[in-house]
Amino acid sequence: MSVSAQVDVSLGTFRLRLALEVANGTALALVGPNGAGKTTLLRALAGLVRLGAGRVAIDGIVVEDPSKGVRLAPEERRLGVVFQEPRLFDHLSALDNVAFGLRARGVRRGEARTTASAWLERVGLPEVARLRPRQLSGGQAQRVALARALATQPALLLLDEPLAAVDASARAELRHLLRQELARYTGCRIVVTHDPIEAAALAERLVVIEDGRVSQQGPLAEVTARPRSSWVADMVGLNLFPGQAKGTTVRLDAGALVTTATALEGPVFVAFRPNAVTLHRRRPEGSARNVWGGAVAELNPVGDRARVRVKGELALVAEVTAGAVAELALADHGPVWASVKATDMEVYPA
Amino acid sequence: MVLAAGAVVIIVLPLIGLLARVSWSTLWSELSAHDAYVALRLSLETSLGALAIALVVGLPLAWVLARRRFPGRSVLRGLVTLPMVLPPVVGGIALLYAFGRRGVAGQLIYHLTGWRFVFNTSGAMLAEAFVSMPFLIVTAEAAFRSMDRRGEEAAATLGAGPAYRFRRVTLPAVAPALAAGAALTWARALGEFGATITFAGNLPGATQTTPLLIYLDIESGHEATALALSLVLLVVSLAVLVGLRDRWLGSP
Repeated sequence: MSVSAQVDVSLGTFRLRLALEVANGTALALVGPNGAGKTTLLRALAGLVRLGAGRVAIDGIVVEDPSKGVRLAPEERRLGVVFQEPRLFDHLSALDNVAFGLRARGVRRGEARTTASAWLERVGLPEVARLRPRQLSGGQAQRVALARALATQPALLLLDEPLAAVDASARAELRHLLRQELARYTGCRIVVTHDPIEAAALAERLVVIEDGRVSQQGPLAEVTARPRSSWVADMVGLNLFPGQAKGTTVRLDAGALVTTATALEGPVFVAFRPNAVTLHRRRPEGSARNVWGGAVAELNPVGDRARVRVKGELALVAEVTAGAVAELALADHGPVWASVKATDMEVYPA
Repeated sequence: MVLAAGAVVIIVLPLIGLLARVSWSTLWSELSAHDAYVALRLSLETSLGALAIALVVGLPLAWVLARRRFPGRSVLRGLVTLPMVLPPVVGGIALLYAFGRRGVAGQLIYHLTGWRFVFNTSGAMLAEAFVSMPFLIVTAEAAFRSMDRRGEEAAATLGAGPAYRFRRVTLPAVAPALAAGAALTWARALGEFGATITFAGNLPGATQTTPLLIYLDIESGHEATALALSLVLLVVSLAVLVGLRDRWLGSP
């Protein structure tokens, strides 16, 4: 079971234009800033938004191709959707909600209810079968919605920030359940999220969408280690700078010069972790050859460490120990030097 | 305050006047008299028939007006609400020229099937449907338009086609509004006078509904019967109002 999509959708002034492939039975996480088009893409795949141009094939069956006049309605595509809000049917019990898709596809009531009740059990909620949606907690409702989507055994499962509307206390448990159910599920999965932890828990591949286009895609580890946009770098907490490489020297677009361990030519990205940055009150001498002057702009304690935003030659984020904060009196702000070892810098072609 | 009291006097005093003149001791015998009984029964039949017509054809129209885009939609929306403001007598005359024996459609129907609406119960039903259906269309359309469409989307992704979606998701969602619209429609049909007498006539047992009999009785001096029948219509109206209280009077 696979998905192949070229999507071109215009909504007012917004345009979504991208291609997407999901290989047999794998999970893909769609990440990106708000308004980038993630939800629109899911809605286009589901048939809830009409394609302006392009082609969508699910499991080898073309479900939409405007140039050939092909367009299957959502109910004719073999898919399941878990929306941000549970969207349960208020007038039906939890059990009948889960049975709804089976009934709609012609399964008889008794059989549909038996299957539905097995699904409720599987998502850990056998006791809510007779309750109405308004009697369920947010987390319970979303579990019922998951069971409802899975009960029809769709070829493609679309999840639109399934944890977003669930309160924090129920989120970890629901994430665990999702992870478990998605691992058992043999179809393709596309999960929209803006949380890297969620992406890591639920998917193998990551597709980053910014402003209606794919800005980066690849295996999760690769995307998070080598971001290609400031949004991704922020998401995974990396410092990222575009520049021009000449051997092991890179002139960053921001102006500063850095020395890297790997030699490259042409446009590159330079990335490093905040905890690879060392801060000094005096200009350091010695092995660390990448040194930039600046001033402490912001100081945020995180556990026994602190994130320090430095502005100056290079605007960057450093993560230092509470000991260093005290020793260097960083709380007083004032001038600092930041240094990063060449070997701690990741450099890769842009 | 004085002006406001004037409004209360205009609306409430006549009701009190009516109740004051009702002869309670003979109420039951007046209502069970042959003519009154026949008229009440006919009223019940025709008003329910009008409601059925409104549900069968008015509901789909409300859905089309709410969900489909087509040229002339706003004109059509205005036209179907016209009977709400049109004098019923004018409606009756218009019906006569459309469905009467010499009317555009009426003539054709009469030639083809021998069926006529005039002096026929079906005519009374048609007249009542004409004046009352807009109440159903307007309430149902508003409900279809304002309801949360997200449930319908979810149903579609679960494999529910349009008909199944409408029956199992859309209708339950608009059911309260629909019930209110149906109650208003029925009440309006029950009280219809002008269009019925103009179009269908005033034939006892066939088109002489309760309001028509009330008018006849008061004109011919049968005041007690008129009052008793009026009381029935008043009580029914009040019952509908109480039933709709939460929706329309927005209980504070």
